[in-house]
Amino acid sequence: MNLSLGPLLYYWPRDDVFAFYEAAQRWPVTRIHLGESVCSRRHLLRLSDWLALAETLAAAGKEVVLSTQTLIESESDLKTLRRVVADGRFLVEANEWGAVRLLSESGMPFVAGSTLNVYNPQTLDFLARLGARRWLPPVEMSRAALAALLAHAPAGIETEVFGYGRLPLAYSARCFTARHYNLPKDDCRFRCLDHPDGLPLATREGAPFLALNGIQTQSAGVYSLIGELPALASLGVASLRLSPQSRHMARVVAAFDAALHGAAGAAAELARLLPGPAVDGYWHGRPGLEHGAPSC
Amino acid sequence: MTLELVCPAGNLTSLKAAVDHGADAVYIGFRDNTNARAFPGLNFDEAQAAEGLRYAHDRGRKVLLALNTYPQSDTWQRWTAAVDRAAKLGIDAAILADAGLMRYAAQTHPRLRLHLSVQGSATNHEAVNFYRAHFGVQRAVLPRVLSLAQVENVARHTDVEIELFGFGGLCVMVEGRCLLSSYCTGESPNSAGVCSPAKAVQWRETPAGLESRLNGVLLDRYGGDEKAGYPTLCKGRFEVRGETYYALEEPTSLNTLDLLPAMLKIGIAAIKIEGRQRSPAYVAQVTQVWRAAIDAAKRDAANFAPTPAWQAALDKLSEGQSHTLGAYHRPWK
Repeated sequence: MNLSLGPLLYYWPRDDVFAFYEAAQRWPVTRIHLGESVCSRRHLLRLSDWLALAETLAAAGKEVVLSTQTLIESESDLKTLRRVVADGRFLVEANEWGAVRLLSESGMPFVAGSTLNVYNPQTLDFLARLGARRWLPPVEMSRAALAALLAHAPAGIETEVFGYGRLPLAYSARCFTARHYNLPKDDCRFRCLDHPDGLPLATREGAPFLALNGIQTQSAGVYSLIGELPALASLGVASLRLSPQSRHMARVVAAFDAALHGAAGAAAELARLLPGPAVDGYWHGRPGLEHGAPSC
Repeated sequence: MTLELVCPAGNLTSLKAAVDHGADAVYIGFRDNTNARAFPGLNFDEAQAAEGLRYAHDRGRKVLLALNTYPQSDTWQRWTAAVDRAAKLGIDAAILADAGLMRYAAQTHPRLRLHLSVQGSATNHEAVNFYRAHFGVQRAVLPRVLSLAQVENVARHTDVEIELFGFGGLCVMVEGRCLLSSYCTGESPNSAGVCSPAKAVQWRETPAGLESRLNGVLLDRYGGDEKAGYPTLCKGRFEVRGETYYALEEPTSLNTLDLLPAMLKIGIAAIKIEGRQRSPAYVAQVTQVWRAAIDAAKRDAANFAPTPAWQAALDKLSEGQSHTLGAYHRPWK
């Protein structure tokens, strides 16, 4: 099993993004996902910047995947998508079905992202025939459900599992960050830049619950499968996705790499690096915000 | 010009109420988790569905069947059996979300008309046309996140009929792309056919007010004069940077009566009323108002304006007794 770095889900200053990927070249990740997958208004890096970054990382020996927008509403969103597909140099991750259409009609292999909602082997088979080479289950899928699916999975398609980070839970046309600042979405003044790990949302009794990231809603809890690596390997999962956070990402990757090599203490090291409470309920078939395997 | 009124029915009484009050089509679900309103005591067994179909067909109306959850690997046959049953019953269209299930339906029952469910999350014409090309989908229900201009752009670029939500509960998230409910309760619309399920709801009187919780998570707290609504997760009050407010969405309903002329102009094929979980009386009243409104708009779109009586009737039935144009009206975003 190898490690992959998921797409940056937040909006960071341009220099911070370049510094992040400059450092990531040296991290023990096999694959790096680039591109803006959340909000079309985020433009500090243009597609040309992402493509240049992709070339640099590929030259440094990383596999590069271009991740595309999850919510494609407008003709200009589609235009961006068409340019990514037309470039053709890198594998592309489709996060919605319009992207699947463009990629499959171009005869390009692709990655089927977790928001395509693959819940059964029949849908996975359909995607594999269209050219999917790798896929990700929905983040809510349990270990048992994944095992049931993989028992009948088609040949020739790799499984990658979201294994670390705040869970991307929902997408809206509404921008919740702009809403918080009483700004219209079309004039949001890019307040996401002030919240490099999302804007924390708590219940009225102060319990961390969610994180607002523009049009995306994430969990406040940080999903971590560092204790489940043997189970993932035994299911035949090829890759574990680590989702970028603004601080300690090098150490997060190092902890997972150490755990993959059987080092003791990796989970304890990771526990010190989480930007929120640890959760893994989904993996155990329970509410996502819970933590730990059932005691029975 | 066609603009069908598609109304919800959670049982036979509601179906008849919808037909009697002017629905062109009624949508129903089977009594299991193959549809996104898998609530206890709701929905149709095969005999009831057959009777509903007879009732509607005798009056020249249609019955559509929602099979719009995502089939799970170990119970896949439950969904294919439901598709088989729909074809056997002579359902006018099956409303599907899952691509694998659509492939099954298109291959096994080529004459069964397919609609793409809102749970399929198609928000652009490339996605809509994908389902047309692969499965012959004839209609797509668009998520409640597009502006009317965006809806028009989709409609312009596809032969697939477009159905829009007109009234009822407002999903602030893209349908099919929201896991908030399972994060909190373990059950989501995608995999369990429920959102914020009633069995996870707890109400408690406290010195600070009436509290609503979902699987223990505090969704809201109501003062003495505040009206407490059903605790749907995205409509709770939360704290963000020290401020307590409806961080995601107010407890409000969607009501697009005002947009009827625009929808007619775009060539929208159908307007859907949300609420299979609502009562027969609700279905009757909403259907009656919308029937009158659609007929008025078709007669004279240029001079159409919703009557105060219609709006008052709908407001009374709305969640939070207020309504919004939602994303169709861009400033909402």
